[in-house]
Amino acid sequence: MYVRHLQLTDFRSWAQADLALTPGPTVFVGQNGQGKTNLVEAIGYIATLGSHRVSSDTPLVRIGAERALVRIAVVNEGRELTVELEITPGKANRARINRAQVPRPREVLGILRTVLFAPEDLALVRGDPSERRRFMDELLVLRAPRFAGVRSDYERVLKQRNALLKTARGSGGRADISTLEVWNGHLARHGAELLSARLNLIADMAPLVSAAYAGVAPESRPALINYRSSLGELPERAGVDDLTERLLTAMTEQRGQELERGVSLVGPHRDELELVLGDAPAKGYASHGESWSFALALRLGSYELLRADGAEPVLVLDDVFAELDRRRRAALAEVASQAEQVLVTAAVQEDVPAELLGDRYLVGDGEVRSD
Amino acid sequence: MYEGVVQDLIDELGRFPGVGPKSAQRIAFHLLNSDPADINRLREVLGKVAEGVTFCEVCGTVAEQQRCRICRDERRDATLVCVVEEPKDVLAVERTGEFKGRYHVLGGALDPLSGIGPDQLRMRELLARIGTDEITEVILATDPNTEGEATATYLVRMLRDFPGLTVTRLASGLPMGGDLEFADELTLGRALSGRRAL
Repeated sequence: MYVRHLQLTDFRSWAQADLALTPGPTVFVGQNGQGKTNLVEAIGYIATLGSHRVSSDTPLVRIGAERALVRIAVVNEGRELTVELEITPGKANRARINRAQVPRPREVLGILRTVLFAPEDLALVRGDPSERRRFMDELLVLRAPRFAGVRSDYERVLKQRNALLKTARGSGGRADISTLEVWNGHLARHGAELLSARLNLIADMAPLVSAAYAGVAPESRPALINYRSSLGELPERAGVDDLTERLLTAMTEQRGQELERGVSLVGPHRDELELVLGDAPAKGYASHGESWSFALALRLGSYELLRADGAEPVLVLDDVFAELDRRRRAALAEVASQAEQVLVTAAVQEDVPAELLGDRYLVGDGEVRSD
Repeated sequence: MYEGVVQDLIDELGRFPGVGPKSAQRIAFHLLNSDPADINRLREVLGKVAEGVTFCEVCGTVAEQQRCRICRDERRDATLVCVVEEPKDVLAVERTGEFKGRYHVLGGALDPLSGIGPDQLRMRELLARIGTDEITEVILATDPNTEGEATATYLVRMLRDFPGLTVTRLASGLPMGGDLEFADELTLGRALSGRRAL
């Protein structure tokens, strides 16, 4: 698939931007602070309903404006769809598909699939486990949009259950916890669905990430990814019913602890995606270069995975070539030059490998000019 | 900002659900231009509400007397009780014209985040009704969201020990007049798993 047209109104630094895009590589060149990343951020937002840079919507709206508008035309196997998203901080966003309003913005998920690699991705390797859980869940939603619903149901039940546990702790055991069993049941069912999907995802993706890492950094130790669950040892793949049972058992076992601490201690919200390099965890042990390679391998692995599922994703490389050495640049360029569409941002054109110098846009002074 | 009492009125109106600052302003100026008789009628109604609204002693919906119209109506099927969260849900079910039984209003759903547990809801009253009345079927019509589903599950656990009592849950599925292709996956999935033979 590819993005044929991008139109922004009051998005980030752009009062107005309107550009036609083509399959193959497109490079946005411009000095820092001119809004290159903002262009590709908007594309990523349509694909995931989230920004790769910030967690709240407020910074996405141009200062002084009330709402931002992103409109994108996506062509997938010859069929074109337009997606329009109105972002109003503090209110529910509104979405239109082919100009028809849809009941929930979630409906647009799945129309555009992107894999975005950016400097922020270093946090996938060095950051908290929550970064890696978000990585997995975003990928799940790209693969099957219904997981957006599963995830939000799970989070809602989790919040309610934690509130109940906290009240119980505050009251010193006198509070009514007769409803705890009910919340256990709901948490286990939604949690098992999420967990089962994550296990499948990692089982499918692990070999792709290892191979991508070997391609990017052949001199380094082998890289592995591994799902570590708060349930302990799990089979590589497991069904929802089996996992529901396991979660319920674990909640019964941990009941005393949970009541004492006032938080839910088992479930996919406590799980971790382990990144292993040789025989040591990547976090804390990997060098700067190795961390970059691992982050890149995770993105390339995601790209290969989505490609294998069908519908080739749009690859977005945001300001990453300056950070990579020659060999890694070449490895990335080789994959990227095969992509149906790849969008690259760079401060100077010399950073971009020759294979990717397709259409060029100069970004500066509040406009995007075709070069 | 307007001066004095007009701004106070706008601020008060703006606290209502679904009323933003612009709507509040519009309603305020509508009131300023209204006939004094209309304002007096509104004031009287608000006064009565402030003095206290009566709730039906049986089902818990808003009522004018001790018992609401539905609970007084001898023609309604006393063996059938529909459990809902709010009085407005009673109206919603009534509008269908399909239901001939009686109601039980819980006054909300289980919601630990807002500090609402079984004791804050009219659950004990429901159990008492089932214990004494001739009820044979309870229909759980709580909202199909996280809190409503949890409430339904909790009630199923509480009610399963009553001998001879049938407990049912409203079916969830596709809206009438809708398009299959526009249904979200969750609704469509439920509609599939809850399909029936024709």
